Amino acid sequence: MSAAQRRDLRDGLLFTSPFIFGVLALWVGPMLYSVFLILHKWNMLAPPRFIGAGHFERMLNDPLVGKSLVNTAYYTFIGVPLQLVVAFALAVMLNQQIRGLSVYRTIYYLPSITPAVAFAVVWVQILNPEFGVLNEVLHWFGLGPINWLFEPGWAKPALIIMSLWLTGFQMIIFLAGLQGVPKELEEAAEIDGANAWRRFTNVTIPIISPIIFFNMIIGIIGSFQVFTTVFIMTDGGPQNATLFMVLYIYRNAFELFRMGYAASLAWILFLIIMIFTGIQFFFANRWVYYEGRL
Amino acid sequence: MIALGLTFLMPLAWVVSTSLKLPGQVFITPIEWIPTAPKWDNYFEVFRRLPFHLFIRNSFFVSIMGTIGMVLSSLTVAYGLSRLRWPGRDFVFTVLLATMMLPAVVTMIPVFIIFKEINWVGTFYPLWVPAWFGAAFYIFLMRQYMLTLPLELDEAAKIDGASNFRILWQVITPLCGPAVATITIFAFLQHYNAFMEPLIYISKSEMYTLPLGLLWFKGRFGNFWHLVMAASMITILPVIVIFFFAQRQFVQGAQFTGLAGR
Repeated sequence: MSAAQRRDLRDGLLFTSPFIFGVLALWVGPMLYSVFLILHKWNMLAPPRFIGAGHFERMLNDPLVGKSLVNTAYYTFIGVPLQLVVAFALAVMLNQQIRGLSVYRTIYYLPSITPAVAFAVVWVQILNPEFGVLNEVLHWFGLGPINWLFEPGWAKPALIIMSLWLTGFQMIIFLAGLQGVPKELEEAAEIDGANAWRRFTNVTIPIISPIIFFNMIIGIIGSFQVFTTVFIMTDGGPQNATLFMVLYIYRNAFELFRMGYAASLAWILFLIIMIFTGIQFFFANRWVYYEGRL
Repeated sequence: MIALGLTFLMPLAWVVSTSLKLPGQVFITPIEWIPTAPKWDNYFEVFRRLPFHLFIRNSFFVSIMGTIGMVLSSLTVAYGLSRLRWPGRDFVFTVLLATMMLPAVVTMIPVFIIFKEINWVGTFYPLWVPAWFGAAFYIFLMRQYMLTLPLELDEAAKIDGASNFRILWQVITPLCGPAVATITIFAFLQHYNAFMEPLIYISKSEMYTLPLGLLWFKGRFGNFWHLVMAASMITILPVIVIFFFAQRQFVQGAQFTGLAGR
């Protein structure tokens, strides 16, 4: 290695060292450490006690594990597609040459950047069965009242409805993508006689499919880890209808001090998310179009 | 279009309107959207009941420290990943892409125990120090931006005998304005909006950040909707102000993010 190469290597490592250290201290180290936690029973007061696969046996007999998995899956697999549809529809609307674009953009975007605690507190009141705005609006159409957060069957749909109000960030990403669709392609398709719908499905969608894919991946990873809203709005109730995985992990770790059990649950959730992310990447080349790779 | 816009606006409009009402007006149906004689004193009442000035100070301290760390670490690491050529660079970059997609839940508990071992639980450090090691997404964003700058800049400076540190701070950083602006905004909001970290690490009430303070307020005065809404508004307001001053960066940020998808 020449002196110049050595200097390059030294500077490369030096400049990236914050990240390298961060990955070791905040990812690799903790993940290895949690393997230790999984194998031990520990309440942080008494010394850790080795129990091998005990936590996994316990999970099989813990009805709340299955319950929280089903709840999380429900919230993710019904919620995320709806969020994507809403975000995409809003973006398509904003992509027309409409008046007051920046006003609408602000209105749709703003909710998604407000602190989760604040909108959770606000939505508890909005969903209030007696005095909430949502039931009042339903009443105009002769519907309701619905017991939203107080009825096991309605609590998850209520949270999903709220999540639709928070899709502004995905919308902005879609909008940026739509604005990047080359005009020539649309015009060429028009000359070839494609109507608006065909142009949309055969030109626009394929061009922005990487962005749909990106939003889907990020959306599913985030949705599997939803915490703040349920912690504040329902605390898992009614009758555990909104007990999601991360909430259950939080409870085990920081309310019941079962560090080993909580770490084991976290690993299960981690593996589930990784598997679903992997599946999506596996199927991606069937529908995601990347320019320059036909 | 207008109806849909109003639907999205409704929750926010309702917060503002409720926060300005007398207790008796809150539960009147149909809802009075524009309260007659707005009661601005509700906002002062919030400060009289709980020390919101402390929560604001704490929130801003954590957010500013976290943001500075995030900007500096993104610039430094992105420089190493985009403008220097060295063996192992591609490997580090691959690791970076991987951590972007790793669910953070898996490290929540071990990281807590590590911070407890070094006596950081109950301090602000766990809330802002990690930002100084960089976050994959922001580094990635900065790297993509740096790749668009011509390499001749560095070469010219190198011929003049400048070290990599000088090139980064005096040549590259001044050209990274848009990326720095975007990261500043997003990192600030990320720290400002954070809930789980303060919940886990902060226990003394005078160290609460705004989200914890708001939750405390709701727990103690939950029946006073007009005050809870005023407290919510106090928490939301800085975000709205930032948004109106930095709309361009927000949209730009989304465009960068969209690029990340490609």
